[in-house]
Amino acid sequence: MDLVTKEFNPSCSRLEEILRAGHFAVTAELNPPDSADPEDVYRAAGVLAEVCDGINAVDASGANCHISSVAMCALLTRAGYEPVYQVTCRDRNRIAIQGDILGAAAMGVLNVLCLTGDDVSSGDQPEAKRVFDFDSIQLLRTARTMRDQATFLSGRKITTPPCFFLGAAANPFVPPYEWRPQRLAKKIAAGAQFIQTQYCFDLPRFREYMHQVRDLGLDKQAFILAGIGPLKSAGAAEFLRSKVPGVVIPDKIVNRLKKTTKEKQQEEGEKICIELIEQIRDIEGVAGIHIMAYRQEELVADIVSQAALLPRPII
Amino acid sequence: MFRWLQQFPHFLEILYDLLEEGLSPLKKWFKPGGFSEPLVIAVEKLGKGAVFNCKMCGQCILHSTGMTCPLNCPKHLRNGPCGGVRSNGNCEVKPEMVCVWVEAYHRSLKMPLYGHQFASLQPPMNNQLKGSSSWINMFHGIDTKIPKGWGDTKDIPVNFIKDGPRD
Repeated sequence: MDLVTKEFNPSCSRLEEILRAGHFAVTAELNPPDSADPEDVYRAAGVLAEVCDGINAVDASGANCHISSVAMCALLTRAGYEPVYQVTCRDRNRIAIQGDILGAAAMGVLNVLCLTGDDVSSGDQPEAKRVFDFDSIQLLRTARTMRDQATFLSGRKITTPPCFFLGAAANPFVPPYEWRPQRLAKKIAAGAQFIQTQYCFDLPRFREYMHQVRDLGLDKQAFILAGIGPLKSAGAAEFLRSKVPGVVIPDKIVNRLKKTTKEKQQEEGEKICIELIEQIRDIEGVAGIHIMAYRQEELVADIVSQAALLPRPII
Repeated sequence: MFRWLQQFPHFLEILYDLLEEGLSPLKKWFKPGGFSEPLVIAVEKLGKGAVFNCKMCGQCILHSTGMTCPLNCPKHLRNGPCGGVRSNGNCEVKPEMVCVWVEAYHRSLKMPLYGHQFASLQPPMNNQLKGSSSWINMFHGIDTKIPKGWGDTKDIPVNFIKDGPRD
């Protein structure tokens, strides 16, 4: 793939190298445990590392309290894994965020995913104060400033700047649909080099989105990783689409699960997931997939293997 | 009370231009900390509160956001909608409310003067300006003082494309 960003800054990130080499990349979410035992992180990471090029350390997934993403990244880099540090704007102001980003860099984190974040109301402590001092675009630009200008947002100097491969999220499946590709353009302008999307279950919509993205030339300016995930059951699908903000699952897929017997639903969900990967791979401009399967690392390994995405390239 | 006026964003952007012109001769009375400040704040709060549900952030960007106050977004986003918008176009946090940014986008399409600014990158908010008058801040260049590290984003080419496919 011919993808050159203007201010090319080799981050030494393995994920970046794999993408720049033109490989179809695989990343997966590592949902943070509710535990002070590092083994709980390593157990999950060990399974994922075998089958993917980057492990996303989720920042309080769904606004629920878990082990922090920056701590999880520190554990992962210590053991030689390749984490993608997820930062949301929900819980920390600009002072905390910039400090954490710099700290993460010092601990060897090379990939940062800048997110707005689910609202506090969707988590287990809805009475918490929402911060949102930054939005995702301001966060992206600030992280880029720290890397490229070697200063904080205030303009104050950073003696050794971080080297990051910067990422952002995209959700093509919610209104205003026709503006979503332009939002992606805005994120790229703010500094995004790779994109991980929301779950792609609505393929016709995703194809239309990618069509517009290609028209704007955005697939040549950032690596787009399509989000996918297995549905455990029809009930889980209903939960995902009604309770998790921004997730859209067409009736066709939910009905297909409903028609399957309860015992076979998980298997069917996995089958759907693999079919989706195969179809997404054929869409021009998609540089990889990002698997989100809440605390089901073994299943992720199984999916990557069945989708014939193994072995992962060694860089 | 006057929220219905927001359905006429083109009229509002013309009004915005006129107001800027009309108020500029009064610039010398519009001083931060001046004797008229409480009065200006009261008038701004009343007027913009009635039409836009203005939250007095002191750094108004209404013309860049479809004449829709972005501080009505529960996440206080300044650069467009988050990924949590519901399929019916309503807010993730307040399911009964239409997403502020979905409205802002559709209104921007109807604004020939400033609509294109919907695409521009908005710097982080200056929380010190909360509660002050954006008119006074505008006349004295206070609202455009942005953090040094943000740099100049005016020349970053992000185009607002109006003739995309409609749904």
